[in-house]
Amino acid sequence: MIAIVDYGAGNLRSVVNAVHTLGYRPKVTSSPEDVLNARAVILPGVGAAADTMANLKALDLVNPIRRFISDGRPYLGICIGLQILFTSTEEGGWHECLDLIPGLVRKLPPKLKIPHMGWNQVKQRISHPIFNGIPDDSNFYFVHSYYAEPDDISLVSGETEYSIPICSILTRGNLVATQFHPEKSGEVGLRLYDNFIKMALATKISSLHAD
Amino acid sequence: MLTKRIIPCLDVKDGRVVKGKSFVELRDAGDPVELASFYYKEGADELVFLDITATPEERNTMVDIVERISEEVFMPLTVGGGLRSIDDMRRMLLAGADKVSINTAAVLDQCLIREGANKFGSQCIVVAIDAKRVAESRPPKWEVYTHSGQEPTGIDALEWAKKVVELGAGELLLTSMDADGHQVGYDIELIRAVSEAVSVPVIASGGAGIPEDLYQVLVLGKADAVLAASIFHYGTYTISGIKKYLIEQGIPIRV
Repeated sequence: MIAIVDYGAGNLRSVVNAVHTLGYRPKVTSSPEDVLNARAVILPGVGAAADTMANLKALDLVNPIRRFISDGRPYLGICIGLQILFTSTEEGGWHECLDLIPGLVRKLPPKLKIPHMGWNQVKQRISHPIFNGIPDDSNFYFVHSYYAEPDDISLVSGETEYSIPICSILTRGNLVATQFHPEKSGEVGLRLYDNFIKMALATKISSLHAD
Repeated sequence: MLTKRIIPCLDVKDGRVVKGKSFVELRDAGDPVELASFYYKEGADELVFLDITATPEERNTMVDIVERISEEVFMPLTVGGGLRSIDDMRRMLLAGADKVSINTAAVLDQCLIREGANKFGSQCIVVAIDAKRVAESRPPKWEVYTHSGQEPTGIDALEWAKKVVELGAGELLLTSMDADGHQVGYDIELIRAVSEAVSVPVIASGGAGIPEDLYQVLVLGKADAVLAASIFHYGTYTISGIKKYLIEQGIPIRV
């Protein structure tokens, strides 16, 4: 089962539509059991990271998501779904997040228009199955006012310039997280979802607990 | 580098796309779902839908249209026209819209901007401003109009732009009423004045007639995006043709 986590985020439908159009039947869910039993978890997001954390807590989803990711299972976080992986965020005063990726989420510098809104290029820093068939420097759709800064910069798989270099895609094993919205990024965005799902379905569940 | 966005605008009335001049004289321009899909394939960067009828029954039609479009079009969708409450906004966002645009309702009830931004995030809230030049004002001044351009408000457009951003608007859709539908070029002075005064992106609207107009408003007007209807709907220019032209002029554009 591909679980798309429903915690009240407004753009859930677009994510479901994108996965549907690729021929998969995802389950939209807010159940902790579903998250733990899923082959892959997709966490969409718009809005504020602190609200998202509060919603996930209210639904008892924090621990299941934490465990799912710690077990090395396939997770795709989008926008806020990327930011909540970090230690804490500056948005709306400092708030603690999941702390699965050491680092901070900071406000974009006020040099350019905020939000960073529109199509911008993603420079691929590593070779990874998530980029299969996606040309380097492809344009993806962004809309955000905060950006994530991992302590370990080797996790930054793709970078985007917006007065400073932004971590626009981050990978660690089966974990993939994007600052942009692939469900709003036309054909290359759909391709990214397809790559993630193929990656997830190819992951042997038994191997995840091998250690 | 962030690219400049080319945004076709679809005015929807009774489930059909229409286009008029200075907000009147409507002409039929096609089926919204078909047009949206066509523009998506043509390389539009975003789409704006304005429901220009907006009675309760027609609002349901619009929700239905947005749902159908979001199933086949994977790019940002903004929906506006007649949205009056947080519930109205929520319905459109749940139907698949990424942003909602408010105009008259924002003037009548400024709290709606703040509440919407708190509830859904600033990035969801577009404030549309219809501005008309005040005759013989030097330096130029513009007045905000509401109710589809029918009602003057006495509010200065520049001051209003700053105010709505303070209240939480994440983007402005700025229409020059003098130029709208006449294809005589954007009101560069208006667009630049507002774009320089606010920290959020500004979409320039009203007056696109030839590709040169889009170039001018992006460069001289400092717009972040351009909205156009007439030049696309009637096939005068294609999006890909306009994009090619703008790239040749050195504007950062997504292909």
